[in-house]
Amino acid sequence: MTKTSQINRLSAHVCASARTDTSVIINFTYNGRALQGVAGDTLASALLANGVNVVGRSFKYGRPRGIVGHGAEEPNAIMQIGSGAATVPNLKATQVELYEGLESASVNGWPSVDFDLMSIAGWFSRLMPPGFYYKTFMYPAKLWMTYEHFIRKAAGLGRSPVEEDPDCYDKLNQHADVLVIGAGPAGLMAALEAAYAGARVIIVDEQAEFGGSLLASTQRIDGQTAAAWVDDTVAQLRTFSNLQMLPRSTAFGYYDHNFVGILERRSDHLGLCASAGSRQRMHRVRAKRVVLATGAFERPLVFSHNDIPGVMQASSVSTYVNRYGVAPGNQMLLFTCNDSAYQTALDWHRSGRTVVAIVDSRSTPNGEIMAAVAEQGIEVMLGHAVIEARGSKRVKSALVAPINAQGSRLVGAVTRIACDLIACSGGWSPAIHLSSHTGAKPQWDAAIVGFRPGSSLQQERSAGSCRGTYRLSDCLTEGADVGAQAAQLAGFGDAKRLFALPHIEEYGEHPQQALFLVPHTKRSSRAPSQFVDMQLDVTAGSIAIAVAEGFDSIEHVKRYTALGFGTDQGKLGNINGMAILAAALDQDIANVGTTIFRPAYTPTTFGAIAGRDIGGLFDPERHTAAHHWHVRQGAVFEDVGQWKRPWYFPRSTASGSVETIRAAVDRECLAVRNSVGILDASTLGKIDIQGPDAAEFVTRMYTNSYLKLAAGKCRYGVMLKEDGMIFDDGVCACLGDNHYLMFTTTGGAAGVLAWLELWQQTEWPELQVYFTSVTDHWSTATISGPNARRVLAKVCDDIDLDKNAFGFMDWRDCTVAGVGARVFRISFTGELSYEINVPAHYGRHVWETLMAAGEEFDITPYGTESMHVLRAEKGFIIVGQDTDGSMTPADMNMDWVVGRNKVFSFIGKRSLYRSDALRADRKQLVGLKTLRRSEILPEGAQIVFDPQQSIPMSMQGHVTSSYYSANLGHSIALAVIKGGLSRMGQVVHCPLADGRTLAAEIVSSVFYDPKGVRQHVA
Amino acid sequence: MLLIHCPHCREDREEEEFSYGGEAHIVRPLAPESLTDEAWGDYLFFRKNPRGIHHEMWYHGTGCRRYFYATRNTLTYAILETYCVGEKPLVSASIVSTAL
Ligand SMILES: [Zn+2]
Repeated sequence: MTKTSQINRLSAHVCASARTDTSVIINFTYNGRALQGVAGDTLASALLANGVNVVGRSFKYGRPRGIVGHGAEEPNAIMQIGSGAATVPNLKATQVELYEGLESASVNGWPSVDFDLMSIAGWFSRLMPPGFYYKTFMYPAKLWMTYEHFIRKAAGLGRSPVEEDPDCYDKLNQHADVLVIGAGPAGLMAALEAAYAGARVIIVDEQAEFGGSLLASTQRIDGQTAAAWVDDTVAQLRTFSNLQMLPRSTAFGYYDHNFVGILERRSDHLGLCASAGSRQRMHRVRAKRVVLATGAFERPLVFSHNDIPGVMQASSVSTYVNRYGVAPGNQMLLFTCNDSAYQTALDWHRSGRTVVAIVDSRSTPNGEIMAAVAEQGIEVMLGHAVIEARGSKRVKSALVAPINAQGSRLVGAVTRIACDLIACSGGWSPAIHLSSHTGAKPQWDAAIVGFRPGSSLQQERSAGSCRGTYRLSDCLTEGADVGAQAAQLAGFGDAKRLFALPHIEEYGEHPQQALFLVPHTKRSSRAPSQFVDMQLDVTAGSIAIAVAEGFDSIEHVKRYTALGFGTDQGKLGNINGMAILAAALDQDIANVGTTIFRPAYTPTTFGAIAGRDIGGLFDPERHTAAHHWHVRQGAVFEDVGQWKRPWYFPRSTASGSVETIRAAVDRECLAVRNSVGILDASTLGKIDIQGPDAAEFVTRMYTNSYLKLAAGKCRYGVMLKEDGMIFDDGVCACLGDNHYLMFTTTGGAAGVLAWLELWQQTEWPELQVYFTSVTDHWSTATISGPNARRVLAKVCDDIDLDKNAFGFMDWRDCTVAGVGARVFRISFTGELSYEINVPAHYGRHVWETLMAAGEEFDITPYGTESMHVLRAEKGFIIVGQDTDGSMTPADMNMDWVVGRNKVFSFIGKRSLYRSDALRADRKQLVGLKTLRRSEILPEGAQIVFDPQQSIPMSMQGHVTSSYYSANLGHSIALAVIKGGLSRMGQVVHCPLADGRTLAAEIVSSVFYDPKGVRQHVA
Repeated sequence: MLLIHCPHCREDREEEEFSYGGEAHIVRPLAPESLTDEAWGDYLFFRKNPRGIHHEMWYHGTGCRRYFYATRNTLTYAILETYCVGEKPLVSASIVSTAL
């Protein structure tokens, strides 16, 4: 190895077990500094190798923070990786594999981690109690945006890229007989057994390498190193064709019916934008059985200033030494309440650095590992605790004192011990997150001082340390058994173990002590901060204050203090927090319970969730047959459901500019009333209805009757839900015996079809009637205006178009532009109109032929905006705009459409007589005319009778449709107003958000041609 | 995401092919006009919301377009059976509670 900045890198002969390769140097930057790591490093191990102490500033107090853990549990080392469009915020340095040229920067720490303005806030920490955000920023509400900006910047939540994501993501739907989550000792054995039994197995692990805790273990398995055993086992797994291995893959959510979301990071470890294929892949796995082998997290110990860089998890120290060949310090003090952490002292000693002492909170432990430690001459202080760490940007010493057997108070003098690393172990917490996602309620087990997974609600079982099984030999046995059972339950094998279990030498252990809060000379509220949740700066003192303020439920305390709310989801802090709360409430931790873990287990990129469903693939677009003609004409489109409909057709003006929407719509509306316009109405829903009972069925669905409708005739109908409220409307035509064509609104088509099917299938299966959606089969061009008949006559000569021969509300089979057509003489504008339906493939041809035929009349294509204006001039409603699911036909002043004498009680009929439907003060549809004729009321504006009343005003209705009418020369609006139909001529007021109040007169909702003579022109 | 067995298609299909239709086996009164407002209101608006076994309607909208029924545990989301319109459920709340 050449000259290096890696002061903490151990030489390969000291650390033969390391999975890193010191002969391969990798260059990277951290906050702009050029550093070096080696192949196999994570960003965290490389930073530690370089002696980087401070990797961020804390959320609330701006305190310097260092690396604490080595995996998903890391609360402090939150990094922004890369720059530009591909930058990724909020990655844990412990989970980022190092690659050549990696750029990293701390996200917490403004303006810099080493000099942080916010640390001044630390001086005021007494002024930032729990509930600080609620208390400080609640009022005045208008300042919230200012506060939020400041908090976000100060807290450093990372930066999202502002450019479009250059990477590609995809999704893969998979099925498995047995899905094994976690490839540590238990998971590897489970996969081996299940695969051997013949089941289709998927095994996933979030790390780059399989092996889990074994990768950092010095235990020997069958006489070989743990890592060698892992290599052998993985090689064995590879021989199974029925087994799929997914490393670098995080099972982030466990959903209903054994559906598991897995995020595979395919190229993140190679660098940003390195891949030709997808960067990440979402595996959506449906498994018959799931084996959870997700491991456990070491629990931190809560003592004063336990957040100073240099305080680390004992297992993480071992991992850095054994797996990465990095010793993050020189003089280590080990603080533990259990046997397992003693191994860290042995590992550190072997690395050649100094173990200052082991501080064990237990007075009389006698585990077998104590002899091994004594053999190395390591000093052990029994019945002692580290009560406080000292130092600023790095630990310099620890205050140690004797404590009582319960671990609740000090029983002797405090001594100060120099050290630069405090390795801590408070025991272990099973990683029960995925089990919790299923709804299983975690169970407290005093024997393991932790929560075990609750009884399974899905087809899953936990194995190994995520179940509280900690001894390696037990993990292997349990993994093998659970794997064999899972295979059998999925239909493979006989649930018996097939592989011989390896032999392992293990120390007999002494029970751990439950030590959730280390006592200090002062009580928690007065002692220097004892951090429970590092990421969100929650201290033991703040939990005590929350309790003093009356919070007694863990879910409330969690929200009040923000415990466990960080991106680490409190993987380290939760149990200590709950135990401290339980103690403050003088309750059992089992009663206080744990908070509910929810997906995602670790942050998941939006890119992977979206996959390829972005841009044009986000939602299908539906185009009509004449769509490209509209595009060529420069139409502006609007989305109606999935349809693209021309909104208006702006023309270029003489000066070369393009018409405004107002100018275009005025022109289009005038053209329809004065000559002829043409509308693409193909998007209207069309349902073909056939069968001997078709007439009866249709009559039950509409408010009016179709029993006597003759072939060749149409009728307008309204459909209600059973509650009597308008649901859809449209024309229904009788095509022949037992054959109808139902038109629906564009947006309502799918819902109406499902509605018909519902009643036919569930309530009246005895009615013989069949429904077919034919919306896409037909292309519809509607020509409307006094010259409509003259245009049609030029392209249709095989029927009599005389107004009496082809009357209003008739339809005819005929030939239009040489194409077989169905023409309906119905009108949504109030003008003479023909809706010309032809098979969709002829749509463009017929449209263009009509345009040519209409040229002499200056036929004008119009869009949905003009259609809305024209129908509003006539007071025709649009379902969903003038109605909102709470309007009856009577409310819409449409009692004429209700056939009250129909024999069968049609859908919704009974509801029309409910006392509520008969109230005189129901909102009713009326027209509004602004007193200033050019003022246009905003749609949605609230209506009051007295504008002088005090706020909150008594609201009497609202504007549902509002336009300028070029035909009338003034604005028009439709509104629903309480008792509106009996208030004709009264003036109402619309107070607007901008301070203006517009006055309008209540008038009839029919503004134009109230007698309806225009659709009958000769 | 639920995995639902459609009794018409006779296949397990993903939830996204289906839509939920609310409580099953609600029969429309034969003579709505003869009902009081209250009785009609019961039919219209009042639904069971059991913690446990629930018979409910589903619609295989992107499949066979058939409505069918499912017996589902609202606590665990386990679907215990699906059956066709006109059939009776084999599993009921009383059967399950005695089995427990
Ligand atoms: Zn089906």
